Amino acid sequence: MAPRLERLLGVVLLAWAAAAPAAPSWDVERLLAGFAQTREARASFVERKTVRVLERPLVSSGELRFAAPDRLEKRTLRPRPELLVLDGDRLTLERGERRLQLDLRSYPEVAAFVQSIRGTLAGDREALERAYQLALEGDAASWALTLVPRTPAMSDLVARVRIAGRHAEISVVEIVHANGDRSLMSVQRLPGAR
Amino acid sequence: MSRARVPLLAWLAALVAAAAIAAGARYTADLSAFLPRSPSPAQQLLVDQLREGAVGRVMLLAIEGGDAASRAAASRALAERLRADARFAYVANGAAGSTERERRLLVEHRYLLSPAVTPERFSAGGLREAIVDNLDTVASSAGGLAQALLARDPTGEVARLAEARMAGSAPPLSREGVWASRDGERAVLLARTAAGGADTDGQAAAMAAARAAFDAGSASGLRLRMSGAGVFAVQSRATMKQEVARVAALGMALVAVLLLAAYRSPAALAFGLLPVLSGALAGVAAVALGFGVVHGITLGFGITLIGEAVDYAVYLFVQTAAPQDAQARRAAWLAEFWPTIRLGVLTSLAGFGALLLSGFPGLAQLGLYSVCGLAAAALFTRFVLPSLLPAAFHVRDLSPFGVHLARLCAAAPRWRGVVTLLVIAAAVVLLAKRDALWASSLSVLSTLSEEEQAYDGRLRADLGAPDARYLVVAEGNDAQEALRAAERVGTALQPLVAQGVIAGFDSPATYLPSEATQGARAASLPPLRELRARLERALRGLPLRAARLEAFVADVAKVHAGARLQRADLEGTGLGVALDALLLPRAGRWLAVLPLRGPPSGGGFIDTGQAREALLGSGAEFLDLKAEADALYAAYLGEAIALSAAGVAVVLLLLMIALRSAARVGRVAAPLGAAVLVTAALLAAAGEPLTLLHLVGFLLVVAVGSNYALFFEHAAAQGPPAPRVLASLALANATTVVGFGVLASSHVPVLRALGVTVATGTLLALAFAALLAGARGDAR
Repeated sequence: MAPRLERLLGVVLLAWAAAAPAAPSWDVERLLAGFAQTREARASFVERKTVRVLERPLVSSGELRFAAPDRLEKRTLRPRPELLVLDGDRLTLERGERRLQLDLRSYPEVAAFVQSIRGTLAGDREALERAYQLALEGDAASWALTLVPRTPAMSDLVARVRIAGRHAEISVVEIVHANGDRSLMSVQRLPGAR
Repeated sequence: MSRARVPLLAWLAALVAAAAIAAGARYTADLSAFLPRSPSPAQQLLVDQLREGAVGRVMLLAIEGGDAASRAAASRALAERLRADARFAYVANGAAGSTERERRLLVEHRYLLSPAVTPERFSAGGLREAIVDNLDTVASSAGGLAQALLARDPTGEVARLAEARMAGSAPPLSREGVWASRDGERAVLLARTAAGGADTDGQAAAMAAARAAFDAGSASGLRLRMSGAGVFAVQSRATMKQEVARVAALGMALVAVLLLAAYRSPAALAFGLLPVLSGALAGVAAVALGFGVVHGITLGFGITLIGEAVDYAVYLFVQTAAPQDAQARRAAWLAEFWPTIRLGVLTSLAGFGALLLSGFPGLAQLGLYSVCGLAAAALFTRFVLPSLLPAAFHVRDLSPFGVHLARLCAAAPRWRGVVTLLVIAAAVVLLAKRDALWASSLSVLSTLSEEEQAYDGRLRADLGAPDARYLVVAEGNDAQEALRAAERVGTALQPLVAQGVIAGFDSPATYLPSEATQGARAASLPPLRELRARLERALRGLPLRAARLEAFVADVAKVHAGARLQRADLEGTGLGVALDALLLPRAGRWLAVLPLRGPPSGGGFIDTGQAREALLGSGAEFLDLKAEADALYAAYLGEAIALSAAGVAVVLLLLMIALRSAARVGRVAAPLGAAVLVTAALLAAAGEPLTLLHLVGFLLVVAVGSNYALFFEHAAAQGPPAPRVLASLALANATTVVGFGVLASSHVPVLRALGVTVATGTLLALAFAALLAGARGDAR
């Protein structure tokens, strides 16, 4: 139960971060301020999971939606329809006829992880720095923000998260797990967001 | 002198013997009172489940107060201590790592446990389908577990198992890493006691151990609350003991004050209570001898004997009260009034004697207790008490008070119409309420408060613990046969799950498939060489190489080598505890119990007709425990009503033999019948459904009231009773009303029911006897 959930949450956060467009000005402070201004966003995604046992990555694709302050949808269309919704503390996963509902508060480490990302989206740099070591590379035209968890409990979930983008847009979110498996999500913003 | 000493010595010897028996008797408050003497198989199962089954052993614990972190710490400390305690078979609090062994067992034995393992699934095509499906899962947001186990479990068997187990039941929430209530304000734990639910002492010891462990390992400001069938039994017994002691002490004290005020003589008070003491001791000793165990309900009833036994001495003392020739007066009293009292005693014995035949042991105990207690009290008053009294003993003469009463009696004829009106009104009320007159559920006899029951319900919801209302039970000559029977029942139940008639079910075969099924599943796995070949074909075009799946092949090899899941493997895990609850030996055979979960849409209720139909021909029995318990109670109630009616018939017959006149019998019976009718109507009008205990109360009203009616009838030939007799009746009634009035103040429903009924009924019986007797006196 627990490992499955943790990975699932990793994906949620990845999707969440991806759904929020970056702010126009260039520095961490402004980047975060830009996130905070986002009320709604839509994006398409293609996710490539690299699993050591497998010869080539598993690919899935679909659409992301974000609505401030704390609702996120990840709708996978291929290879198999699936809907993941994070609304406040409630996580719902629908897949075929199966429906799984979880309360995030039951998983404190995961909840801490979610809270820190919420801090990011809310522009709360302090909250983010408490949970991660931040490293920023590149320039406004091509930037990459790397988050490395500070606590071992969180390192077990995710070794690091790398978010890259151009100007205001996030284009790639990469999550690397402790065992080397990784997930690379390419994001394309769709019109209709504010 | 020596002739007078014979009864005295006999009484002393009997008293000592009875006291010894009562002191050595076993007292209980468990469900044995509700176990029928000759139960049907379904009833036996019901009672077994409650006594020995998982239902009775489940203890729910909640930690309240403080903050979430301190509650979680207390939960961990408590669970750790209780796991080391032999009084607990299993303790779960949801802490990480506590289910690690269970998870390992599931992974290790997945091919033996999973119903999905068939020859088709392990053909090249079946393998391909399963692996493609599993890779889709890995790609999805829920792919964590599948991804971690991919090399060992490419067909996703573990995920299927985990899902099947979670179907229809939500896991408890967690806070700070341990289970918590839905609102997060309580840490909750689920435990199973080593002692059965009916072992009240064992349950009490487990509760004490939990409390001590909690006190030793938790911060201040936290509270521990426990619930569950066993806990309820302990609480009921404690409540019963406490209430019986309180009510008995208070009732005795008030009656003593009343008698002291009337007699103005402490010696008279002491002599007056001797019949009560003798009767109570004789009753308890008789029950202990007859049943081997004395139930709390009987004991609670014991104090009610004060009501009638005290009357005998009241009649003797008050009716002979005068300073001169006290002893001669008593001799004359015995000659004139004893036959009347004797008839009253006999009618009481007839009424309660009927209960002796009840199949409900609780009621039979009451019957035996009353018959022996009343007989002993009466015999003592007649044969021992007069010789115990000093020659000059006498109480204050209550004649002046009696004269007032006589004046009231003289005015009574004018009010006789009131009785007729009341009876008509009562008949109307009872007719209007006839469908809702009797309580239909066993729960009316429970000592639990609504708050306690609601709290238990909340804890069960928090923990996802079923209340195990619906069960399917299958049997076998040995454990394997029972498991195979459970597997057949499972197959028969599957369509009900698909149709939504039930949300799901639990089965012992889920935890431990029968050897036959494990063998069949093992035979579904191809030989290793063949497996490798099939994998090559299955994986064509997929991003997975067969060479990567050696861990999978190795696991299959273990099954081929004869690895099987044994009962012993589950020992000490939550799975083992679950299995023990569902697979139990009974009388040389084995039972498999399959609890069903009701559909959430129907409020958890199951269409029992459909369930029974699905199980037709499977040899298994479907049980609705609540309906079964209610039916049992209804049967007891119906039987008790029939027996009471028979008792009334015997009483009438007795009166007929003694009085030799239908008119005289009518004069005795009319006020009693009217009193019972009006009391029942008052209870019905107050919205109180009648229970077994009300019925017993009516019998007591007849028993006590028959004395009043007989005195009035006895005097009828010479006009109204003498002032002294009237005074004794008023005093006797006052003691009864006070004693039962105290009982009516109890918060234990069974005691309250009895108290309200008898206090009201006897007061009415006296009033009606006076009104109706006066009426006839006037008419003459």
